[in-house]
Amino acid sequence: MLYFSKLRIILVSLITFFFIFIASLNFQDYEKSLLSKRINLGLDLQGGSYLLLEIDNGPIEIQKLQNKTTFIRNYLDNKKIIFSDLRIKDKAIFFSTSKKDKETVESFFSNKESEINPYYNQYKSHEFDLIVNENEFKLTLSKYGLIEIKISSQDQAIEIVRRRVDEVGTNEPNILKRGNNRILVELPGLDDPMRIKSLLGKTANLTFRFVTQKDNDTFGVETLQFEDDSSEALVSKRIILNGENLLDAQPQINNQTNETVVSFTLDRVGAKRFGKATRTGVGKQLAIVLDGKIVSAPIIRDAIITGSGQISGNFTFQSATDLALLLRSGALPAPLNIIEERTVGPDLGQDSINAGVFALLIGFLLVIIFMFLKYKVFGLIANVTLLINLFLLIGILTIFEATLTLPGIAGIILTVGMAVDANVLIFERIKEESKNEKNNIIAFDSGYVKSKTAILDANITTLISAIILFFMGSGPVKGFSVTLAIGILTTLFSVYFLARMLTSFYVVKNKEKKNLI
Amino acid sequence: MIKFNKYYRLFNTISLCLIIISILLLFFKGLNFGVDFKGGTLIELRSNDKKINVTSLRNSFNGMNLGNINIKKFGNENDFLIKIEKKDRSSNSIEIIKKKLSDNVGSSFNFRRVENVGPKVSSELLKSGVIAIILSLAAMLFYIWIRFEWQFSLGAILALFHDVIITLGFFSLFNLEINLSIVAAILTIVGYSMNDTVVIYDRVRENLRKFSDIKIFDLTNISINETLSRTIITSVTTLLALVSIYFFGGEILKGFSLAMIMGVIFGTYSSIYIANPVLVKLRVSQKTILKEDIE
Repeated sequence: MLYFSKLRIILVSLITFFFIFIASLNFQDYEKSLLSKRINLGLDLQGGSYLLLEIDNGPIEIQKLQNKTTFIRNYLDNKKIIFSDLRIKDKAIFFSTSKKDKETVESFFSNKESEINPYYNQYKSHEFDLIVNENEFKLTLSKYGLIEIKISSQDQAIEIVRRRVDEVGTNEPNILKRGNNRILVELPGLDDPMRIKSLLGKTANLTFRFVTQKDNDTFGVETLQFEDDSSEALVSKRIILNGENLLDAQPQINNQTNETVVSFTLDRVGAKRFGKATRTGVGKQLAIVLDGKIVSAPIIRDAIITGSGQISGNFTFQSATDLALLLRSGALPAPLNIIEERTVGPDLGQDSINAGVFALLIGFLLVIIFMFLKYKVFGLIANVTLLINLFLLIGILTIFEATLTLPGIAGIILTVGMAVDANVLIFERIKEESKNEKNNIIAFDSGYVKSKTAILDANITTLISAIILFFMGSGPVKGFSVTLAIGILTTLFSVYFLARMLTSFYVVKNKEKKNLI
Repeated sequence: MIKFNKYYRLFNTISLCLIIISILLLFFKGLNFGVDFKGGTLIELRSNDKKINVTSLRNSFNGMNLGNINIKKFGNENDFLIKIEKKDRSSNSIEIIKKKLSDNVGSSFNFRRVENVGPKVSSELLKSGVIAIILSLAAMLFYIWIRFEWQFSLGAILALFHDVIITLGFFSLFNLEINLSIVAAILTIVGYSMNDTVVIYDRVRENLRKFSDIKIFDLTNISINETLSRTIITSVTTLLALVSIYFFGGEILKGFSLAMIMGVIFGTYSSIYIANPVLVKLRVSQKTILKEDIE
């Protein structure tokens, strides 16, 4: 029936005014607002940088295999088991034992309390997969062993990334995990991500090692390039200190040489070790190695026991600041590669907003003019509904503080075009019904009832598309699916409650009039 | 009453030809994938110097040894869009490009937008785009199968395929770029075309119940006519919205709105000339529907 109870009228009106109020929050001065809710603008609208980083876990896997090899050697020695040919080859650990020890060794690796090959209860899998071929054992990281490595390196890396981004001090960065080896960094308002990119691109693995001349050093030696590629030096693999022992690092101007340096303070353990090494090494060259390159290699003149020092190396103030920042925030567990970058300048963002809003206004105007010309009074009802529909849509986006993107604005405009569909379906049906039914009220009522399935089916199909898009799409496109889906829901509400109510008022008043629609 | 059914055969032949042409185009000419799906770098820049044009930019970029480069005007007189295909690049190369460009051309540039997509990400995006489209077609098939009989489901899905393939064929023919927003457009087209088809099918089903003596050939025609004014009005309002996005929504949304406009036109056409003839071919009758009602 075309009858609305008072309660329902009040309820529908209240909901409508509530959403108009919420939607209007977006247009008021943010600082003075009562409710601090508003739609977030996506990076494509406010400008900013989107970086997707992938952790290169290769080095960590190799490290893991090396550690495990040492561990196995000690473990088997302890258990007095004779083994031979322990080596790493093609990302696997190999070794051989005698026939009589074979079963014992196998049980070391495959029992659930194994110390040497931890068992993960939640995955029902060991860290390593074991393959025994005659007397030879082959250990490879299991699927879950690899996942464990990835998850833990991701946990460490995201922490370091967060520290580095925070140190640079951009406003409201968004740093999230993606999968188990990726990190997403969103930096709103940043139109030149150059500095952050170069900061995130560095592992910042700092070590202090002696430069040697002889290649018979017990720890082994390697040849490393200087940072400026000018020359190279033979450096011992023995690490005196690494970045973990650093408490603080700051850029500084050296008063005597007027050179920019990075001064650092060591923790107690670090200070002790550094003191000992410098005492025994007076006259030697100490290489300061960052990510496999020598920053500088000063000659030790005195023992340094204060636990603080300076790194010099042709720094500009900016590069010294960045190095200090990297040292403070710690080393990444593995190198990060930027595999996707999207940056939008703030002026383009503003242009997009202007264009989007303008297109929305034009689209809205065209549609309401068309609807008015076509349906007159009912066109007006449809138009009022459409306008309120827009407020509902914006209101819901505001309540959820959803992120509005440029495609999201397109979704709103599209909603304007498609929202009238439900009203059109109903009006056209009513027209048909009126041909056979002289009673206006009955004609309108059956028009609403009979068009219901078509409207539901039609909207559900679009909703399905939007939902799939939401789960499969990324970034800005996701914003489109959100506005499209919410648009469908608000359309159904505004058509079935609001438009129907307005229509019923009009029809009840004019029930005797012929050719009402 | 317009005799739509008189032209079923004619338009089916035309549609078939268009589909074959589209498939041939997709097969031999292929699609112009943007950086989202092919990887590479996209730079939208605005020059502060009116004398800068595509040629001077091209000369400058050619000197940088960046591989295959595509430069075109982008909306405004001073705005250009540059696509670089070379994939192996260090993360700070944008900075180097910026510097070299200013040195070469001797004027400053504003890099309004930079998109850099690695090969791994682009292939993942392509894969998830294809999966999304297939998934949405499957979901539609399933939904219509639940709401109607399988004959309707088949007709609706054929209409969808028709719209998607011809829209893609159009993009291939005019070498228009396929990027993430085009995938969004195609999914929306799927939803819209379905929407249109469902409204007509709903009426066909209603009429099937009502009239036992009218052949499906004429019955579809009646149903199309009864829903015609709705079909037209909705298409018009949707197109009005889309056209305003196309002309006023900015350069970035042009491809998206164009794909949608194509989709709405083909979607409206296919829900009349593909979805209905399929019902005729499958000899849908009152029995088809009654079986459903008894169940």
